[in-house]
Amino acid sequence: MKELLLDNTLTYKPFGAKAILIEWKPIIDEAILQDILEFKDKIKDQKGDTYLDSIVGYNSLTIIFRDIFVNFKQEVAKLKAIYAVNSAVEQKQNFLWEIPVCYDLEFGIDLKEMSQSLNLEISEIIKMHSESVYTVFFIGFLPGFLYLGGLNSKLYFDRKPNPRLNVERGAVGIGGEQTGVYPVNSAGGWNIIGKTPINFFDVGEKKPCFAKSGDRIKFISITKKEFFKLENLVSDNSFQLFKTVLND
Amino acid sequence: MIKVLNSGFHTTIQDRGRWGFASLGVPVSGAMDAYSADLANRILNNSLDCAVLEITLGGCKLQFLSKTVICISGGNFSPKINKKPILLNSKIIVQENDILSFGKVNFGIRSYLAVKNGFQSDRKLGSRSAFKNITNTFLLRSGDILPISKLKITTETSNMLIKINKSHYESTDIECSKGPEFYLLSDQQQKKIVENQFSISKENNRMGYKLYEIIENKLPSILTSAVLPGTVQLTPSGKLIILMRDCQVTGGYPRILQVSESSLSKLSQKFTGSKINFVLL
Repeated sequence: MKELLLDNTLTYKPFGAKAILIEWKPIIDEAILQDILEFKDKIKDQKGDTYLDSIVGYNSLTIIFRDIFVNFKQEVAKLKAIYAVNSAVEQKQNFLWEIPVCYDLEFGIDLKEMSQSLNLEISEIIKMHSESVYTVFFIGFLPGFLYLGGLNSKLYFDRKPNPRLNVERGAVGIGGEQTGVYPVNSAGGWNIIGKTPINFFDVGEKKPCFAKSGDRIKFISITKKEFFKLENLVSDNSFQLFKTVLND
Repeated sequence: MIKVLNSGFHTTIQDRGRWGFASLGVPVSGAMDAYSADLANRILNNSLDCAVLEITLGGCKLQFLSKTVICISGGNFSPKINKKPILLNSKIIVQENDILSFGKVNFGIRSYLAVKNGFQSDRKLGSRSAFKNITNTFLLRSGDILPISKLKITTETSNMLIKINKSHYESTDIECSKGPEFYLLSDQQQKKIVENQFSISKENNRMGYKLYEIIENKLPSILTSAVLPGTVQLTPSGKLIILMRDCQVTGGYPRILQVSESSLSKLSQKFTGSKINFVLL
């Protein structure tokens, strides 16, 4: 399966004068994500000072160089050589993070509408949303906004035709085939089903966002009482997220 | 120190941006017209990493609480020290309690104020560029105190003057290369994009410039992938969006063009209604 997905399917395109876009087959698949992350680490490792930053997408990796590249073909040849080598890059440890979410109607302001349209009990929506294990593909849209894969297809629900001007930090939403958490107050068109007291982006922390590409997320349903208790602990900086090491 | 007497319409601290944090979803930011910000720093013999003030359409009034040397580049909003006009692209010595103000907008929309050794606000994730939820302040507010370094040199001369590069403000040519999804466009659409003139709509800010004209298309969305400052997206409605310095790190619209670094700076001096032509490199 992995061979089929990955072999000889990479394409390289110039993306402006300083970046190269590398693309995999246009599908959302964890084997592709793993290959992207491995390639990214190898490039970071080997390119040294010429590497400035990189951006991971569902099926793409964009490498941004410090300076304008003179010869695109030569750069691609170098990247291909790096891809081909089975170098032993230190495996990054990935974690499964347990994220407490309160699905009370006070926070899950679109639960009623979803329940009617999808013909599902609210309790079923909550059960389906909190029993899946989601994969963090990448972070984009806003600082700390995780693009998660693994939403139960029964919960697919179109974005709102008119986005809300202010969705609260911590709001958990469903937009189309995706689910996610708003890391800061922001405008947004996703259907809101709950709220987490957890901070997904804190610039004051050594790691501003605890999660990274390749990690997993599980939502744990909590009561309103627990929500407010946790919210206090989080603001006192005395709450530690529960995590387990993933053995990939 | 500098005291903000009047913050103006949209004034922010900017440097060359916040690189290396795309994996956290953090935008690059940085001076919209990097060319002019660099020029101001160069004239003061500053490092190009020094933070400057980006002043949009003037309206801003500042009081220097200590002696320093400044340079203003970019848009010309008739800058004055103690109500006396001063030159752009020139080293100006300011004394304690001098007041910098702006008047009539002559050209451009973003002006850059550099001070000797740069603004000394806190660096967040390696940069001083203002961004919501990252830096402590985003837009300057009246009453803010901006730290700058104390100047020891007392004999700076102020006779250096760089000629204003008129084409930076007047030229409508926006140089770009083909974006990753350019090939998805039909020959006719490609022709339209290169031959037609476009105009900047009123939806324009540090995140992006939406253009007014429409390129009809039935292009599907792409799987969410990287976007960069300068990426031109084609939306399903047919409107083009040029992403600017504060843009998100990923997007799902086809990326049809990539504006060159120098043209991105040029574009930053254009405003609602300005005409532009895309020129393929």
